[in-house]
Amino acid sequence: MTPPLPCVLIGGWLGAGKTTLVNQLLRQADGRRLAVLVNDFGDQGIDADLITGASGEVLELAGGCVCCSYGADLIGTLRRVTARDPRPDALLLETSGVADPAAVARSIGLLPEIALDGTVVLADAPRLAALQADPYVGDTVRAQLAAADLLVLNKVDNVEPAVRAALHRTLPPARTVETVQAALPIECVLGLAISSAGDKPAARGLRVPTAADGRFVSRSQRLDGPQDPALLAQRLTAAGSGVLRAKGLLTDLEGRRVLLQVVGTHAQLAPAPADATGPDRLAVIGLAGLYDGAPWS
Amino acid sequence: MDTAPTTIFAARRIITMNPARPTATHVAVRDGRILGVGPLAELAGWGPHTLDERLADQVLMPGLVEGHSHLMAGTLWRHAYCGCFDVTDPDGRRVAGSPSIDAVLASLSDAATARPEGPIVGWGFDPIYFGNRRCTREDLDRVSRTRPVGLLHASGHILNVNTVALQAAGFLRAGIAHPAFPLGADGLPTGELKGPEAMLPALDHVGLNRSFLSGDEFGIRAFGRLAVRAGVTTATDLAATLLDPELDTLLRLTGEAGYPVRLVPLLRLIGISPAQAVERAVALRARSTEQLRLGRIKVVADGSIQGFSARLRWPGYYNGAPNGLWYTAPEAMRDCYERALAAGIQVHTHTNGDEATALALDLLQAALAKQPRADHRFTLQHAQLADAAQFRRMRALGLSVNLFANHLYYWGDQHAAITVGPERAARMNAGRSALDAGVPLAIHSDAPITPLAPLFTAWCAVNRVSASGQVLGEAERITVPEALHAITLGAAATLQLDGEIGSIECGKRADFCVLADDPTAVPPAALKDVRVWGTVQGGRVFQA
Repeated sequence: MTPPLPCVLIGGWLGAGKTTLVNQLLRQADGRRLAVLVNDFGDQGIDADLITGASGEVLELAGGCVCCSYGADLIGTLRRVTARDPRPDALLLETSGVADPAAVARSIGLLPEIALDGTVVLADAPRLAALQADPYVGDTVRAQLAAADLLVLNKVDNVEPAVRAALHRTLPPARTVETVQAALPIECVLGLAISSAGDKPAARGLRVPTAADGRFVSRSQRLDGPQDPALLAQRLTAAGSGVLRAKGLLTDLEGRRVLLQVVGTHAQLAPAPADATGPDRLAVIGLAGLYDGAPWS
Repeated sequence: MDTAPTTIFAARRIITMNPARPTATHVAVRDGRILGVGPLAELAGWGPHTLDERLADQVLMPGLVEGHSHLMAGTLWRHAYCGCFDVTDPDGRRVAGSPSIDAVLASLSDAATARPEGPIVGWGFDPIYFGNRRCTREDLDRVSRTRPVGLLHASGHILNVNTVALQAAGFLRAGIAHPAFPLGADGLPTGELKGPEAMLPALDHVGLNRSFLSGDEFGIRAFGRLAVRAGVTTATDLAATLLDPELDTLLRLTGEAGYPVRLVPLLRLIGISPAQAVERAVALRARSTEQLRLGRIKVVADGSIQGFSARLRWPGYYNGAPNGLWYTAPEAMRDCYERALAAGIQVHTHTNGDEATALALDLLQAALAKQPRADHRFTLQHAQLADAAQFRRMRALGLSVNLFANHLYYWGDQHAAITVGPERAARMNAGRSALDAGVPLAIHSDAPITPLAPLFTAWCAVNRVSASGQVLGEAERITVPEALHAITLGAAATLQLDGEIGSIECGKRADFCVLADDPTAVPPAALKDVRVWGTVQGGRVFQA
C-alpha cells in the first residue's frame, strides 16, 4: 500500500505572510514535488516567475510543483491532488485568512491517503497585539495561534525588541521562530528527508540543511539500539528544547520500526513504511541558542 | 412615426402604492410601460387603445419584488419535496408536506418508482420538527440499497445519504473523527453530512451538484413559474458565481418572449479578491438587459443562527454554544466596500448575527470616510438580530435592510428555546424598529430556504407568529400597508430599481401582481391566504 502523503498546514490571519512563506518554500523545493493548495487565487499569489503553465484548475510550477485552489471543496481537491500522477512528495495546505487551522486539520483527518505532519501558523508581529485584542476577530486570531505546532512570528524587523519580548509572552506555548519576510529553511517546515524510496536524490538520505544565517542548527545521527519512542518524542517537544522539526526512523523496545515526526510541540508516531530501510536514525533542526546540536538517544 | 399600441386593463381595484393616487380602476400600458393609471375616461385621452377586461374581476398591485431569493428554488424541483409543510410546485400542484420520517421515506420511495434509474434525491427536509429523531443511512436504505439516495435539509447546509452514496463518497469506514460526521453505534458515519465541506464530496454521487449552480435551464424556467404563482415580477439570485456559461444561459432565457420575471443576480465575493470582484461587477453591469440586471456584489460576513455559525455579540448563544465564524475576512470586506464605492457598485452584505451587523456598520463607516458616495444604497441582508441602535446607524450611513421575516414563523420557536432565547427572539427581524429609525425596509423568503411567497412574508412581518402559534415580539409588528410597501417599493429600493418598479404610476414598468382578493381588505391574520391570480410583467399577462 502507498504510504500516506505528508501534509503541512500553513495558517494565520490575512497578511501574516502565508503566501510569502509558500513562495519561499517553493524556491527551496530542490527536487521535491510540492503540491500547494490555496483557498483562492487572490491578489498576492504564487510568484509569477515560479509559474510555468496552467491546466484547468491547476497551476504548474517550476520543478514539477503544482498549485490548486480548493474554494469550498477542500476534500475533493485534496483527493484529486493526492491522486495526481506523478504523485506529489508533500502537500502544503495554505488556509484562508479567517479559517481555524484546527478545523482544517480535522478535515484532513478524514482522508486516510494523507498524513498531517503538523500545523505552522504565521503571525504578523507589528499587528499581532492589535489583532489579538480586536473585538471582532480577536477570538479567531487567538484560536489560530492556539492551533499552531510551530509559530512563525513574521515581520519582526518592523518591531522594537522590547515589543517583541512582550509579544512572545502573549503567544501560546508552541515553538516560536522569528522571521523577516517569512524566510525559513524548507527543512523547518517539511523536515529533513530521512529517505523513502520515492524521495528525489537531492532530498534523499541524511541531508543536513545549510542554515547560512546561523539562526538554525541541524543534526543527523544514527540511533544505536532500541529506543522508547514516546520518551524521545517527549524530549524533542519539551519546552526549551528548541527543536523546530524532527524526523526519526527507530526501533522501539518491542523491536518494531517506528516513524517519528515532530513539528514544534507536536509529535506523532506511526509504523514505519515498508520502504523505510537502512539504519535507525534521527534528523533534527532547531533554533540556535536553544538547541546546541547535541546528539539524542 | 407609428405609436406602439396601447392596452388599458380594467381591474376591480388597483392598489398603486403611490400616495398621490393610491387606488384606481384602470391602467394603460404601452411598450411594456405604464402610460397612466386612473379612470378609463382619463386614460382614453392617450388616444386609441384596446380595452382588456381579462383582469376586470381582480385586484392589481405593483408586481412583487423578492429581494433575497435564489434560482435554486426552481432547480430543486428536479427532485422530490420532503419538507414538513404543504407547498405548491412550479406547475401549481399542491404537494403535501411530510410530517414524519416515515412520510419522508414514502415521498422518496415514490420518487424512486417514478424514475427507475439513477440517484434518488429529496429536499426541504427539516428534522427540527421531529424532536430528537435524526435521519440515518439505514432509514434511506429502506428507499434503496442499490441506488444512491440523498436528502437535502431545508437549510441547504446538511445532506443525509444512504449507505451506497456514503460508500461512493468514500466515508463508509471506521475511525472518522469529525464533527461534520456523526457516528452510529457501529462506529460508522450515520450518513448525515453537516456543512458544505462534508456534503460536497457526496453531492456528485447523488446528482445534486447542478442545483448549486445558477445556470441550470430547468431551474431558471421553474423559478419563473414559481414567481408567477407568487405574484413576483422581479427577483434576486442573491449569490451567483456568474461565470460565462451561466451568464449566457441567463441572458438567453430571460431574453425569451415568455420569460415572466426580471432577474437580479448578485456576484458573490468568494474565491476571488475584492479587486477582481469589483472589476467583474463593472464588466457585468455593462451586460445588463431589461430582464437581467447585473453589476451588484454579495458579501457573506457570517453563518446562520440556527447553525450556530452566526457571529453574536455578548452574551452569545442561549444554549451556550461557542460564537460562530467569520466567512469573509473583515479586511477583505472593507477593501470590497472601498473599491465598490469608488466604482459605483452596490454591495449587499449577509449579516445574520448582531456582531456581524456591527462589523459591517463599522467597516462601511470607515470605507465611507475614505471613499464618500451619496446614495450608495448598500444593503444588509438578514440582519436578523439588529437592534434599534444598529438600525439608527444604518440610517445614518445610508444603508437599507432586508429582514428575514419568514424565520419568525419557520424557526421562531427554536430561536426562543435554543439559539438566542425568548428576549432576543422577540426582537428578531425587527421591522418596527427599522421603520421607526427611518431605514428603507424590505423583507424576504431566502427561497428555497423558505417558499417564495412575498404575501406570506408580509404576513410574517405583520403578525410575527411562529409555527407553534406563539407571538414573537408584538412590539416589532409592522402594519399591512407597511408590509405591502416592503414587498414592492421597499425591496425595489434595495435594488436601486424603485424609479422603475415597485409602484403603479406613469412611466414605470407595467409589472403587476394580480390578486383574486384585496390584501388591504382582509384581516391582517389572513394576509397569507390572499389568492394570487398571476402577474403582468412588462405588459405581458401570465396567469398562474
